[in-house]
Amino acid sequence: MSATRVLFDEPGPRTRRRILLASVISLVAIAGIVYLAVARFADSGQLTGAKWSVLTTPLVRSFLWDGLVNTMKLTVVSGVLALPLGVLFALLRLAHNKALRWVGTTYVEVFRSVPLLLLVLMFVLALPPLGINLPIFWKICVPIVMCNAAVLAEIFRAGVNALPKGQLEASLAVGLTYWQAMRLVIFPQAIRLIIPALVTQLVSLLKDSTLGYAASFPELLRTANVLTARTHTLIQVYIVISLIYVIINLLLSYLARVL
Amino acid sequence: MDIVLSNLSPLLAGLWITLSIAVLSFIGAMVIGTVVAVMRISPVAPLRAVGLVYVEFFRNIPLLCLLFLVVFGLPDIGVLFNLYNSAVIAMAMFSGAFVCESIRTGINTVQVGQAEAARSIGLTFGQSLRFVILPQALRSMVQPLVNVWIGTLIGSSLASVIGIQDVTAVGQNLNNRYAGGLAVFASIAGIYVVIALLSGGVGGWIERRVAVQR
Repeated sequence: MSATRVLFDEPGPRTRRRILLASVISLVAIAGIVYLAVARFADSGQLTGAKWSVLTTPLVRSFLWDGLVNTMKLTVVSGVLALPLGVLFALLRLAHNKALRWVGTTYVEVFRSVPLLLLVLMFVLALPPLGINLPIFWKICVPIVMCNAAVLAEIFRAGVNALPKGQLEASLAVGLTYWQAMRLVIFPQAIRLIIPALVTQLVSLLKDSTLGYAASFPELLRTANVLTARTHTLIQVYIVISLIYVIINLLLSYLARVL
Repeated sequence: MDIVLSNLSPLLAGLWITLSIAVLSFIGAMVIGTVVAVMRISPVAPLRAVGLVYVEFFRNIPLLCLLFLVVFGLPDIGVLFNLYNSAVIAMAMFSGAFVCESIRTGINTVQVGQAEAARSIGLTFGQSLRFVILPQALRSMVQPLVNVWIGTLIGSSLASVIGIQDVTAVGQNLNNRYAGGLAVFASIAGIYVVIALLSGGVGGWIERRVAVQR
């Protein structure tokens, strides 16, 4: 229940008429905008069947599918690696030891605000001459893990801090050690609190995987980019892969709500 | 480090472009986000639907994908902007969705009782919004909006992929020209971190300044 809902009185007959009128006007306006957009496509000859049917040929489909599989691989591997690292840095930031806390805080503050692209470029351009030449997959995966671990650490910390203090005090009072209390009492509850934030971060991680483009890793966006050069159907390809990304991310958020 | 010091002027020029893109995009995002947020809480159903679709689309599309769509895709249907404007438009649309959600969440954090109390002592819709709801909601929006700003700043580095000479692109050029680009990239990373930390600090300061003393 939100505050906006009680701000209005129940609309009377006149207000209802006005809302109806506004609805009709906005519907017409929306239809007009959609019509203009479609006309724009039609005028520039982008609506012809040939421009779109290219995308349904088996070769193109399997090409895009491979890209999608690589995107998923990158997302899953990065996610699986970033989660425990995030927990680790959260624990460091929550630690009693000042030095440990400093390490955790520095890591989080730095890697939360460094652009991922800059890290990818370091791994692609600056580190190989120094002898650190990872396989392409890891040149994009490691930076994603580094950045996301920092954000995940903040999410975990927020979850732990959101629990009432009594939880930790009670666990210590019944004789658990600090780490037992964390493992058995605090974390299981904190995890439940932060599931929505974790899913948001997973969506963001999937979006990060598009930076594989800069490392020439053939994930979906890179694949699409290569494809546009072959098929000369720029806007069609980009619209289709945008929709693929949006749908996958919506599915992820939906699953999180259901589970 | 010498590379950085002897190339200060291209780096500063790049930094200027990064900052200008980020600031312009954020201003655009604030405008778009406010409009979409109003649409999402309006009593007019079609506008609510448009707002919902807008937010769900732009929150879930990767920024790089959106940049490609705007920069390479739109010219296909005869919509032409120069590179710089395309980047600003794409980023403003992207961040606008996040601004909208920050504003909506901010309004929703105000407890229902506050609005009920305002209404029951006879304040009109406009008055309760102006004197009761917004003053509280705006305060709780400071931190989320600062986060959107930092996200916009960091995201502006993607403009280098489409060929804009922002500070990330300058770093790339310097790395190509000289050996040992690690120092260059590290310095640029440092610049981003400093700006982000400063922004966070300013956000915290504003939040403390406007905090309600209870």
